[in-house]
Amino acid sequence: MSEGGTKLEAHFESMERQADAARFGMWVFLASEALLFGALFTLYACYREKWPHAFEVGVAKNDALLGTTNTLLLITSSFLVVLGIDRYRRGDALVAARLVASTAAIGLLFLLIKSHEYAMHFSEGIFPGGHGAYFADAPAGSAVFFTLYFTMTGLHAIHVTVGMGVLVYSAIQVRRRRMSLHGLEIAALYWHLVDCIWIFLWPLYYLARGS
Amino acid sequence: MSASYLTVDRTVWSWINTRDHKRIGVMFFVLNGLALLLGGLFALAMRTELLTPRSLFMSSMTYNRLFTLHGVIMVWLFMIPSIPSAFGNFMLPLMIGARDVAFPRLNLASLYIYLVGAVVTIVGLVVGATDTGWTFYVPYSAKDATAVLPVLFGVFIIGWSTILTGLNFIVTVHKMRAKNLRWMQMPLFVWTIYGTSIIQVLATPVLAMTLLLLGVDHWFDWGIFDPMRGGDPVLYQHLFWFYSHPAVYIMILPAMGVISECVSTFSRKNSLSYEAIVWATVGIALVGFLSWGHHMFTAGISVFDAGAFGLMSMFVAIFSAIKVFTWTGTLYRGSISLKTPLLYVFAFLFLFVFGGMTGVAVATTSLDLHWQDTYFVVAHFHFIMVGGTLTAYLAAVHYWFPKVTGRMYPERLGLLSASGVFFGFLLTFVPQFLLGNLGMPRRYHNYPAAFQPLHVLSTAGAYVLGSALFLTLGYLLWSLRYGEVAGANPWRSACFEWRTTSPPPPHNFEGTPPFERGAYDYTREALERERARALESDAALAPEPEAGHV
Repeated sequence: MSEGGTKLEAHFESMERQADAARFGMWVFLASEALLFGALFTLYACYREKWPHAFEVGVAKNDALLGTTNTLLLITSSFLVVLGIDRYRRGDALVAARLVASTAAIGLLFLLIKSHEYAMHFSEGIFPGGHGAYFADAPAGSAVFFTLYFTMTGLHAIHVTVGMGVLVYSAIQVRRRRMSLHGLEIAALYWHLVDCIWIFLWPLYYLARGS
Repeated sequence: MSASYLTVDRTVWSWINTRDHKRIGVMFFVLNGLALLLGGLFALAMRTELLTPRSLFMSSMTYNRLFTLHGVIMVWLFMIPSIPSAFGNFMLPLMIGARDVAFPRLNLASLYIYLVGAVVTIVGLVVGATDTGWTFYVPYSAKDATAVLPVLFGVFIIGWSTILTGLNFIVTVHKMRAKNLRWMQMPLFVWTIYGTSIIQVLATPVLAMTLLLLGVDHWFDWGIFDPMRGGDPVLYQHLFWFYSHPAVYIMILPAMGVISECVSTFSRKNSLSYEAIVWATVGIALVGFLSWGHHMFTAGISVFDAGAFGLMSMFVAIFSAIKVFTWTGTLYRGSISLKTPLLYVFAFLFLFVFGGMTGVAVATTSLDLHWQDTYFVVAHFHFIMVGGTLTAYLAAVHYWFPKVTGRMYPERLGLLSASGVFFGFLLTFVPQFLLGNLGMPRRYHNYPAAFQPLHVLSTAGAYVLGSALFLTLGYLLWSLRYGEVAGANPWRSACFEWRTTSPPPPHNFEGTPPFERGAYDYTREALERERARALESDAALAPEPEAGHV
């Protein structure tokens, strides 16, 4: 039996088990990814404890409106990909493919806004590593704040890019009905992770500006 | 008789492009073995240099590079992947009655990722002349003139190989077990591989991130750990040990699994308490995550933190002691057959207990202040890593050699080299405890003349140990071709991996895996049932029962 083009591999006893293993594998991978970011969140906690003032000033420097817009974008995109799965389950490959593709398109929009923010920082003389004019009279600890900011949002942006690649590939395969349902689910799971991590980055870098 | 996994296709391409977990395991074994050889040669060079209080044949800079080479290769290229990636890969599916791991292509990918990482690391070490030691501590590693970057990058790549292997094993254990094989019926080695995999998946990414930050720091001068910019170098140590301490359990847990298997097989007894071993394994895997701070007692952490980390570390000793008592209890009144693997088990028990006790000693903050960064610590972790993991690794090599190759090794030579390993090891590292207690710091290649006798003893021991290992290498290579044909189950073990031919067929079992009898069930009834079944199906696989050995 085959499901959407995916064949049962010789070492599995049933398609169901194969799909189960693939989904579970993705969850384990996501746990691993969470710990990858976990190291950075730990650094954020420790450094914020050390330089509370610099962190508040730094957060205030970020544009909360842009950050919030990006949050809404990612949540919307996650919703779309879930709709896509639902359509695909009902056998509507064309709409499913469109939904998945638009998820990726929203990812692109996210990246555009993010790079606009980076450009704004650069024009103000804020670069990672405490380089740039801004740091001449910024409070002590600002260098660490912005280095972490660029590291964490940068790593996240890399994940967004990878996720977009996965989604575009999935959209094409779904359109041709050559992807299994669980294959699409796995791609969506990865995208949800990208979304989830941003949900944590958003308050830490845009909202927590202190009293 | 149908073809085994070795003979089913003999072309080179069939190996390079294989999906078979057994072939991948064998290739991992060969690569790990090369790393062991390389790391061992560097150790011998260091010990030779340390024969004299002043420089014998190398500069202090060369010496720094040598201990970095030795440490990085032994830890990252040999110890961490050795038992899980080689034996875990080969045995895990056999032990749970699966046809393969859950993701065979991913498995092959992790082999190649490891290979690329290993090459990058070694080339980086040699070309870059890295001299930071295997821990890459900042600020030295960030500012160091020698190139740390390629090595960091190499270790980073190897990290991903470990993560993918761990992921594969976790999913395999959850989803690929044979029908009716419940969790608490799995062989103990599977449990340890499972525990190890969890550590690999959850701890390695933290290391990967940390190394990445270090790399970015080196490349673009971001200075995330730089105190001049508000950073904190001690945080690097925290993150590093958050991985690298659990990594000790990545190295020792599978070793404990091997010991459990060998103890039951060579005493022909059910483990004294299967549950105790399982829960101690899980306990070590969990507590292992919470004890990293004991590497940093002198790095300026608070007294409370130091106390807490010290206490957590001692929990590890409790779990380990549970295992040791269970093993000795299993051996007690067992039907012992003293083969090479069991001799290595004895070596393990002695050395591991010794290493564990000194571990409790260094986990005691007040004592550790005296021993920090001395040969005492060097001797302690070599007792665990070499005395523990390497002896278990050698036990595994001998125990599963017939399973993997279908041939026997020469038993007398095996016993001889096991004794050589044991006594050579003691001679190498007992003097180092004494040296450390006298104040000999680690990583120095010159020392006061008064220390010379102990250093000479240690070097002599290293040569005994080295010769024993070369002897092992020699007779194993010889046995590949000229060894006696082993038959399916030369140890008459009850464990699952022996219930198929040796070497196994490409898909492990012909038909349903015969798992009705428990993996450690050596009771008379079980043997008789097995015999009846064997007569019925005239399968050559069943172990021959022997009434006197129950």
